[in-house]
Amino acid sequence: MLYRESGDFSETYKADSQTFPIKFDRYRYYAVLAFAFLVIPFVINDYWANAVLVPFLIYAIAAIGLNILVGYCGQVSLGTGGFMAVGAYACYKLMTSFPEVSIMIHVVISGGITAAVVTIFGLPSLRIKGFYLAVATLAAQFFLVWLFNRVAWFYNYSASGQINAPDRTVFGHLVTGPNTEAWAKYMICLVFLTVAGILARNMTRGALGRKWSAIRDMDIAAEIIGVNPLTAKLSAFAISGFFIGISGALFFSVYLGAAEVGEVFGIQKSFLVLFMIIIGGLGSIFGSFAGAAFMVLLPVLLKNVLVGGLGWDTALAAHLEFVIVGALIIVFLIAEPHGLAQLWRVAKEKLRLWPFPH
Amino acid sequence: MFPDQFLFGVEVLLNGLMAGVLYALVALGFVLIFKASGIFNYAQGVMALFAALTLVGIMDGQVPFSHLINALFGTDVHHFGWHVPAFAAILLAMAVMVGLAWMVQHFIFRHLVGQEPIILFMATIGLAYFMEGFGDMMWGSDIKKLDVGIPQGGSFWIEEATAFLGGSNFYGFFIDQLDIVAAVVAVVLVILLVSFAQYTKQGRAMRAVADDHQAALSVGISLSFIWVLVWSLAGFVALVAGIMWGAKSGVQFSLSLIALKALPVLMLGGFTSIPGAIVGGLIVGVGEKLFEFLIGAPFLGGATENWFAYMLALVFLVFRPQGLFGEKIIERV
Repeated sequence: MLYRESGDFSETYKADSQTFPIKFDRYRYYAVLAFAFLVIPFVINDYWANAVLVPFLIYAIAAIGLNILVGYCGQVSLGTGGFMAVGAYACYKLMTSFPEVSIMIHVVISGGITAAVVTIFGLPSLRIKGFYLAVATLAAQFFLVWLFNRVAWFYNYSASGQINAPDRTVFGHLVTGPNTEAWAKYMICLVFLTVAGILARNMTRGALGRKWSAIRDMDIAAEIIGVNPLTAKLSAFAISGFFIGISGALFFSVYLGAAEVGEVFGIQKSFLVLFMIIIGGLGSIFGSFAGAAFMVLLPVLLKNVLVGGLGWDTALAAHLEFVIVGALIIVFLIAEPHGLAQLWRVAKEKLRLWPFPH
Repeated sequence: MFPDQFLFGVEVLLNGLMAGVLYALVALGFVLIFKASGIFNYAQGVMALFAALTLVGIMDGQVPFSHLINALFGTDVHHFGWHVPAFAAILLAMAVMVGLAWMVQHFIFRHLVGQEPIILFMATIGLAYFMEGFGDMMWGSDIKKLDVGIPQGGSFWIEEATAFLGGSNFYGFFIDQLDIVAAVVAVVLVILLVSFAQYTKQGRAMRAVADDHQAALSVGISLSFIWVLVWSLAGFVALVAGIMWGAKSGVQFSLSLIALKALPVLMLGGFTSIPGAIVGGLIVGVGEKLFEFLIGAPFLGGATENWFAYMLALVFLVFRPQGLFGEKIIERV
């Protein structure tokens, strides 16, 4: 079989602790990257970009962010939708106030602003824990949505209360606005996702990530062995907020182009991203990708089968989608609480020994 | 004679109290399940919606899953053509809720015993999604009117009796009769629940399970029976809440969102305390109405009710992390 680690010897500590210690994995990773950067942009069309790929890339960033907070640091957050809204509105204000600055910089700054806001809402986590904290983050969700709805400054006093992304270019190509080509949307999201993935992976396996895990497993014990809960928890909130803010900014400016806060960034969005990381796998970067792909693909698939294939009306299909999503979450939690990432790990273990398992 | 502004404030206060009773009704269901099984049941609001949908469906003689049946077989069925009286329909809906409780226990939580609380919480979110879709598939998603014979509209008696308090612009306190009924029902419900837990054998067993699962097991209490019982009780509370809210604002999707209103109530009152749910509900109801009246509407552009309760609870929790009546949290390594 292809999947062998024999012959892969690591001679240095560095080589031993790399992300993909097995050569096959490493090459597959390069192959996936090459495929994503060099092949897909040339074959992508509008349907695939808008229905599947762009939402997948953006949700994957949000899922990575939330996974850092929930999966690695153990602080349950139900405010993701509101935090994405912060990213989106920050990006909108920046885009309209400083048109000459590149959108890439705007998106990164929006991430930073979101990080600051999320950190403020993370402060109570030092006092309250578990469910109480989860409910407390809902305060952020509702407050932020209300704020962006009511304070006209955030949407530049537009009559509809919507925010609309103006046209912006990167290297001479449009990336926002209604005339953007599919590949450009795809590429800008892909660049951000790649960077986010690499950053997150390296942060979570380093000193910071270990502090988070210690806090997650038991915060009092972690405090006793010398982890400062203040910095560990707040850094998890801040970094998680940074990624969520970036995804919110991209979601509004690149994917939607126009947004109304209550509809787009409501509580449903918080749950959607939470489901992604539960189904994908808590505490796993790969799981964030897998979960995002799953939750983006499932509705598309169901819609194509039920509405397109069987000719049901859309309302009924939507109800069935709820039933299936709910049932899947329960089934996943019962069968595999560690999600798709764990299934993948088990499959790899099996493949290594296949076809002679003994 | 009082100044009108003050009297309007009192009226807002009274209406806040009434709204608080309704929040407390939902919060009660949460507390019951949390106490007995340690499960934070996010699906409580959807259970209320489902119960109300079932009640309306039974009363109107709807064919369950009619949309699905029509889509699968190309038929056109929608109603049986009979009407069930309210009382019988409530009993039938209760039976459905008991069945649901059994299924929830049998198919979901039996397999999740010993998992971390957060996993259980997420399972109830899954359950909420499932039931939302399931309820809509079963009974249709259009807005329905629920009429079980509760009087509605302002109470003239109270208005006339209090009109003398103010000047010529004041016509007495406007209080919805439905709210008064709801308050009475809530009080009766709490008395029933407390006495059930206090004086019956099953109630005592329920409290024993809440106290310590393993100790309860060792003295011969059946955990799965108690959990089905607790979920049924929560279903019953959900049915009552569903009837009250459904009669007030129609049976529709937004009914399931009252669960979100109940969460800050729980945080204030503590997750484990039945009196806490009541007091928390009243504080939240009065607090958000008064805040909207005094500060929200004049200065902040209104609609502060969506988040005020959460902010109140958040600020409150920072000073008292276990809520008003919650058990003191003791942590050991």
